[in-house]
Amino acid sequence: MSSSSAKEVLFGLYDDETQLLDAVRAANAQHLEIDNVYTPFPVHGLDPLLGLEESRLHIAGFFYGLTGTSLAFGFMTWVFTRDWPIIFGGKPYFSAPSFIPITFELTVLFACIGMVVTFYTVCGMGPGVKAKTLDDRITDDKFCIAFATSGLSNDDLGKLSNFFTETGASETNTKTL
Amino acid sequence: MSAVISPTRDPLINGSKTYHQITEDICSPTEQAPSKTWIIGFIVSSSLLAFGVFSILWTIYFGIGTWNLNRTIGWGWDITNFVWWVGIGHAGTLISAILLLFRQKWRTGVNRAAEAMTIFAVICAALFPGIHVGRIWVIFYFFPLPNTRGPLWVNFNSPLLWDLFAISTYFTVSLLFWYTGLVPDFATVRDRAKGFRKKLYSFLSFGWTGAAKHWQRWESLSLVLAGLATPLVLSVHTIVSFDFATSIIPGWHTTIFPPYFVAGAIFSGFAMVQTLMIVTRKALKLEDYITINHIESMNKVILFTGTMVGVAYLTELFIAWYSGYVYEQFAFMNRAMGIYWWAYVGMMACNVISPQLFWVKKFRRSIMVTFIMSIFVNIGMWFERFVIIATTLARDYLPSSWSYYDPTWVEIGIFLGTLGIFFTFYLIFARIAPVVAIAEVKSILKAAGDQYVEGHKEEAKKGADLNPSHEVHHH
Repeated sequence: MSSSSAKEVLFGLYDDETQLLDAVRAANAQHLEIDNVYTPFPVHGLDPLLGLEESRLHIAGFFYGLTGTSLAFGFMTWVFTRDWPIIFGGKPYFSAPSFIPITFELTVLFACIGMVVTFYTVCGMGPGVKAKTLDDRITDDKFCIAFATSGLSNDDLGKLSNFFTETGASETNTKTL
Repeated sequence: MSAVISPTRDPLINGSKTYHQITEDICSPTEQAPSKTWIIGFIVSSSLLAFGVFSILWTIYFGIGTWNLNRTIGWGWDITNFVWWVGIGHAGTLISAILLLFRQKWRTGVNRAAEAMTIFAVICAALFPGIHVGRIWVIFYFFPLPNTRGPLWVNFNSPLLWDLFAISTYFTVSLLFWYTGLVPDFATVRDRAKGFRKKLYSFLSFGWTGAAKHWQRWESLSLVLAGLATPLVLSVHTIVSFDFATSIIPGWHTTIFPPYFVAGAIFSGFAMVQTLMIVTRKALKLEDYITINHIESMNKVILFTGTMVGVAYLTELFIAWYSGYVYEQFAFMNRAMGIYWWAYVGMMACNVISPQLFWVKKFRRSIMVTFIMSIFVNIGMWFERFVIIATTLARDYLPSSWSYYDPTWVEIGIFLGTLGIFFTFYLIFARIAPVVAIAEVKSILKAAGDQYVEGHKEEAKKGADLNPSHEVHHH
């Protein structure tokens, strides 16, 4: 899944996710290196076939959350025990139970913002980013397998065309990304 | 690929849709000129919004004295409206987060609009704490900033401050969750659009391509956000209830408040979702996606939470009697039979008695009954907050300071204004964004589309003894 600046791509469109999954299996069997797969919705069972490892986003989320927890709890503790201690209702300065709600809220807030920002960053997405779409119907009802073709021999290209015909792609096309 | 089809559930997508048909049906409202109904709705709601802005400016210019609050009754329509709107803002996250964790497929028909509703409701809610303090120019005192009072900080022990953190976190998380869900659908609209609309949706869709890895991360993000939003949504109304429960006022100082408020919030939120969805599905011709099965599922939630709220009301009365504490007993006698008895009757009738109709399947599946009921519940839940706040304050410790309160035109104007904000934003949302989550509906098509479910049922009938498994292979 490289993302170099200019890339020749040969892609095939399938009409159904069942065909797509079968085609990916066939490509694996023929040792064809798939560049990327694009679908209109998340297709379950696709990730293991493509050899995609589980996303580590949730691990990052845990650490963002932990930052929020320690920041909130640490800050309130500092304010009420060091910076400006005040007695409220006869309670001790360090009144930990009443710090829990804000600590919880900030944990969630930090985890959420951190994960969302990380998600867009690692996906290379954000406001103003132009989408490198292969076909407008991929966000509608087409399931797409793309192969990088830069530097491939005619033999290899023929193999890929055969692959698309055999696996029942409804269309094939080339595009430079 | 095999889709797991439940042998008992009814289909959630009608009309034998194909993937392309789903795209067409859900995108087309954003691609057509607005209907006459939409324009009329927009004019009415934006006029209300304008009147609300006027009333708010009036309040800020002349001060809180333009409201009828007095020394005895310090919270009136302002905090009633605040709690009412926050409560309404609970259904969206419940549908999108909790139902996602429970793998309830029917959420896909209504989650997008319900989340949008949540965000607009929270905006309306957040307005009231902002203006009820009177001097909005010193609003920064709310925040933990080293401020003009010297290095003196806000009181982190106060539920009012917890509330500030809860509401702002809830708003942020809901907004990010909702928008991230919208991105792939904006890309769908983008890929059908031309000219200016193409540019607009290119911007809104953040460069989405539908790559397998992106979908994987997107699903992972949705799941974790749902996991975080679930305790969050429970915490928000719990903290709102702490605004009352941690005080020492009889009638407020009760440990039952957190679960009772949360149940009430979900109850009123679902009622508002029903009000909006029944109109939306008709106006945008989305009856195949927001089906009678969706409506029935939501009515079951309304029945359940409404009954919980009813149990809470009765528990309060019982505990007041059982406690043997005369002030608590007086507070509840006063609630039911004091000067605001009519608000109590309204609350009981709308929230506890009327939803019991939903035990009857025919009523749960009737659009007319559901619509009327949703309005009843909205009114009842407003009364509940008014009952808790105003009737309790009106009869305080000293009979010499007992008082009565009704709103001025300014307070009514601000409330109407928030209705204006809510509906104006919702109407704009329904014009710009796909109101049903396109990608998510597509992903359940083969498990919940009517052609697949019916086909499966027929197959199951034929081979009931041969193939006891519910898994069917579709090619």
